[in-house]
Amino acid sequence: MRSDRQAQGALATGWQSSAAELQAGGTLRRRQDEGSRSGWERVRLAALQLFMTFLVITFLVPTFWMISSSLKVSTEVFAHPIVWLPQDPHWNNYVKAFQLLPLTRFIVNTLIIVLFAVVGTVVSSALVAYSFARISWPGRNFWFGLLLATMMLPDVVTLVPRFLIFKNLKWIDTWLPLIVPYWGGIGAIYVFLMRQFFRGIPMELEDAAEIDGANRMRVLIQILLPLSKPVIATVAVFALLQHYNDFMNPLIYINSMDKWPLALGIRAYNDSYAKNWEVVFAASTVMLTPMVAIFIVAQRYFVQGIAMTGFGGR
Amino acid sequence: MAVTTAPAGRRRISKRQLRDWIAGYLFASPFIIGFSVFIAFPMLYSVYLIFVEWDLLSPPSFVGFANLARMFKDPKVNLSLYNSAFYTIFAVPIQLTISFTLALALTQRIRFRDFYRAGFYMPIIVPLVASAVVWQRVLHPEFGILNEALGWFGFEPRMWLFEPKLTKPAFIFMSFWMIGRQMVIFIAGLGNIPDSLKEAASLDGAGAWGQLRYVVLPLMTPLIFYNSVIAIINSFQTFVPAMIMTEGGPQDATLFVVLNIYRNAFQYFNMGYASALAWELFVIVVGFTLVQFYLSNRWVYYEEGD
Repeated sequence: MRSDRQAQGALATGWQSSAAELQAGGTLRRRQDEGSRSGWERVRLAALQLFMTFLVITFLVPTFWMISSSLKVSTEVFAHPIVWLPQDPHWNNYVKAFQLLPLTRFIVNTLIIVLFAVVGTVVSSALVAYSFARISWPGRNFWFGLLLATMMLPDVVTLVPRFLIFKNLKWIDTWLPLIVPYWGGIGAIYVFLMRQFFRGIPMELEDAAEIDGANRMRVLIQILLPLSKPVIATVAVFALLQHYNDFMNPLIYINSMDKWPLALGIRAYNDSYAKNWEVVFAASTVMLTPMVAIFIVAQRYFVQGIAMTGFGGR
Repeated sequence: MAVTTAPAGRRRISKRQLRDWIAGYLFASPFIIGFSVFIAFPMLYSVYLIFVEWDLLSPPSFVGFANLARMFKDPKVNLSLYNSAFYTIFAVPIQLTISFTLALALTQRIRFRDFYRAGFYMPIIVPLVASAVVWQRVLHPEFGILNEALGWFGFEPRMWLFEPKLTKPAFIFMSFWMIGRQMVIFIAGLGNIPDSLKEAASLDGAGAWGQLRYVVLPLMTPLIFYNSVIAIINSFQTFVPAMIMTEGGPQDATLFVVLNIYRNAFQYFNMGYASALAWELFVIVVGFTLVQFYLSNRWVYYEEGD
């Protein structure tokens, strides 16, 4: 049996080069006009640079404005012309946000829901993807086709009947409807991503393992998954974003405020304290912060995942 | 999707094969169960619901085609379809144009490309609810930054979310803020176009425009197609901004299909009618997707032996 490290190394470079290709985008021009950059070309690029700077600032303004306004006193929020930066940051808005509604509770609830939903997504997708990628069984193509078809399915069709099912199960006003379905591997895009990745891992490793008598679960856990950290991270990050963002499901299933996730909480600030922009913005900033942190830490998984799903349509 | 399955031995199944079959089903069982319980069964169930009237208090009563008949005549339903179609038809092509142009620009030899990419992508990570809350205020007639910025160029302030004619355009404008995903897909695709093809084109006398028109665009058609399919599906299902920013108003100008379904199901408790509406949306979205796939043969370029 080839040493794991060797395989991991080979795979890692394979992944990186393909990821680099995906991410690179721009490098292709580099060679092309290395020596031949005329004056005109330089002017064009400078103009482009300037325009992109202007545009990216425009894109960032709403978020910046939200964060800066979360630190303003209300006279600054409603000032003409606009005050871009508060004179001194008014952190008390955050204290107020935590006092007006149980924001800590919302955060804890969100953490619990997201944690279980994401773990469920990763575990179930890995199992299902392994089956589709590595085992041959009758009906496999049929089920895989169904899986792909669900990507085109608008969720709304199942909205009402799912509600009725959960109502029958007495799951209304619990977190179960927000968690249990995602243990069913029905996130087609995640299964697809993992399957593609598994298929890129050389088979010899497993063949060797099977001769060793290792059963399939062990093959998956001990050989495939350790090699699949990039795709696991991608799936986890995407699922996290999905569940953190989810608004409609909590809206339908969760009634009591002490079970609300952040998404419903922010709406409550917006409804109940509509006049206190600075508090609404403070609460929204609280909801945004973890996402920014994750984006900074896991940026490459965001990009890789999107790029990979993009090619799913090919 | 070329999946190579071992030819099933018709004569006798080896022990190993049987083990594989069982293992295959076992590993796939989360999906098989999940699909049956949370997708297939609900869909069938909602077909049944189309034909009943049910307010969850009294038992469901069979009404035949009454829900469907009502649906085709209901002015709110037609308005919601119009609103969603309007939104989709204007938002999606412009979104694609912007994200493609950005991707082209960000694959040029300019500095700080990674910073720009992150900046344009950033709005995607803002939770939808938070972005709705912020945009509600960006578009505020008196204290919003959009009117403020328009004022610098001498434009009169507008009542974006309070004037029925302006609300959908404002929503469409807001959707341009969230094109990061499309952009990243396009950037990835542009990075996969081999230099050699462009060089060949430029040797043949193609300028930058010619290369774009005859090399880059054709090779990018699969991704343009993919992005447009996804964008249309998503646009038809817009819900959160309408729910939070305008509650469907003013004068139902942002009563989108999903909001209307949500109201019928969970505010008016017409489970049967809401199911009929959901199926209508389903047929429309799937119809759109199929038509796109059908038309794609004419304009999408697929590399052979991919």
